Amino acid sequence: MATPVHTNANVPTGQPPQTQRPTRSQWSRFIHSSRTAPYVFVLPFLLSFALFFAYPVISTVIMSFQEVLPGITTYVGLENYRDLMNPTFGKAILNSVLYTLLTLVVLIPLPLVLAVLLNSPKMPGRGLFRSVMFIPALTSVVVAGTIFRLMFGELDGSLMNSLLGVFGVEPHKWLMNANTGFLALIVLALWRWLGVNMLYYMSGLQNIPPELYEAAQIDGASRFASFWRITIPMLKPVTIYVFTISIYAGLSMFTESYMLWNGNNSPNDIGLTIVGYLYRQGLEQNSMGFGAAVGIVLLVFTLVLNLIQLKFFGMFRKED
Amino acid sequence: MAQKQKGPLSAFLVVLFILFAGFALFPLFAVTLASFKPSTELLRYGLNLKLEWSMMSLKNYAFIFQGTTDYFQWYWNSIVITVLFTVLCLILSAMVGYGLEMYRFRLKNVIFTLVLVVMMIPVEIIMLPLYKLMIGMKLINTVWGVILPFVVAPIPIFFFRQYLSGVPKDFMDAARVDGCSEYGIFVRIMMPLMAPAFAAMAILQAMNSWNNFLWPMIVLRTNDMLTLPIGLSSLLTPYGNNYDVLIAGSVLAILPILVVFLFFQRYFIEGMTAGGVKG
Repeated sequence: MATPVHTNANVPTGQPPQTQRPTRSQWSRFIHSSRTAPYVFVLPFLLSFALFFAYPVISTVIMSFQEVLPGITTYVGLENYRDLMNPTFGKAILNSVLYTLLTLVVLIPLPLVLAVLLNSPKMPGRGLFRSVMFIPALTSVVVAGTIFRLMFGELDGSLMNSLLGVFGVEPHKWLMNANTGFLALIVLALWRWLGVNMLYYMSGLQNIPPELYEAAQIDGASRFASFWRITIPMLKPVTIYVFTISIYAGLSMFTESYMLWNGNNSPNDIGLTIVGYLYRQGLEQNSMGFGAAVGIVLLVFTLVLNLIQLKFFGMFRKED
Repeated sequence: MAQKQKGPLSAFLVVLFILFAGFALFPLFAVTLASFKPSTELLRYGLNLKLEWSMMSLKNYAFIFQGTTDYFQWYWNSIVITVLFTVLCLILSAMVGYGLEMYRFRLKNVIFTLVLVVMMIPVEIIMLPLYKLMIGMKLINTVWGVILPFVVAPIPIFFFRQYLSGVPKDFMDAARVDGCSEYGIFVRIMMPLMAPAFAAMAILQAMNSWNNFLWPMIVLRTNDMLTLPIGLSSLLTPYGNNYDVLIAGSVLAILPILVVFLFFQRYFIEGMTAGGVKG
């Protein structure tokens, strides 16, 4: 196989020789050489990484040891981290972790089973159901949050309450109570992501060679056995991917809670998340150093989870 | 999967999926219905499915079109940001993905690892220093402040790189022999080859940008600069909610993305499933 790496000496590069002026030729040859080109192509990433990622990450670390007031920053050592040990932040962590776990519990097995069912060749209207169930993902969290907030409203006539009314159950103040409030959050997540995760699983199912099932059938395996022994193991890469994005989304959840409870202040912080706390401290109360310390905690959480995952599953990317 | 049973099982499946499809469409149906009712009704009885023809009207929509709020300014801002972001993001990310896949060079693996790192760390963590940086760069309350930090995005880079792994590198050598420059190869040969990938990513990035919330909320300050989601959420205040504009405005906000989806379903679904999953 030819490799794209050339020695640049005699290879004609870019401009035809007659248009190259001597003053420009050296620069032009440099920039057009196939050794320089890859660096030019990745340059946007390098610039963006340095300015909008590496620098802010380092700043967050530094800021977390500072008190940042307009115009004055003072080094305060571990004070921000000491202040983090308060019940409100504990609650935020608990909420974020609980939300992440619950979304994992709901949003992995259910889409998996639905995808397998929908994938059966006898199923009519596959494409239609797939598309319809994808539609919720198109709506912004703001719109979705507004709708769910109204559906889970406290009025007797609100959807959930009138639904319960049919069964003779008393109306609830859904969003005022920690358990039912969390239920609303999970239903919202289920609504938005069920179709998407199902789609991931469906595309994973396409990659399983049908011969595997045929062989299993010849060997007399039951359908459940072939689901358990073939489908689930073969879908592992998809599961890992869905797992990864769910953890990411779960830990960084903010907008859903912001919309359900009208701006980051749920009663008794029942909907407060880590990012919600970061936002409250860093931007609403302008205590940036403290907010940065919250960010570091979130960073540690993410890194630890990612490392555990790398250890257990290997990476979800496969070099081909 | 091989399936033997026919009648009753697939009938059960169809019913099951009709229920799930109903679950998916129901909230959107409810909000559309509500948008035709007077907002006082909404305040008194909440979001419900009562359908009384006498109270249905286009008043909420008419109110938006009267222009007493900045609604259409927000709409315009969202369009500008979405288009600019999507175009720049695709070009820049395609460049990077192309560079990473089609060349061999020393820092290749290091850079690709950095792309993965950016992909794995939630942006919320760096929100505060990024905000300070935007103040420093005088980009607060500007379109560029919303766009620039995220325009070179790891997921499209990853996606384009993956896509290009199926493109034979012989093309490049052939083009070189014909005297095409390295950049000419990218622009004239590879970009057309990448058209399906561009379509899939364009839709996905446009959707993300259209629905983006937290970062634009931090950067944008004045009412006339807000994007649609921020503007809509600003209608909910502790002092009262403008449900008339909010509900009708929400329906209008879903509309473009829904129309695009209905037209380009295949690319949408390709874009969603291409996020690095390979079976």
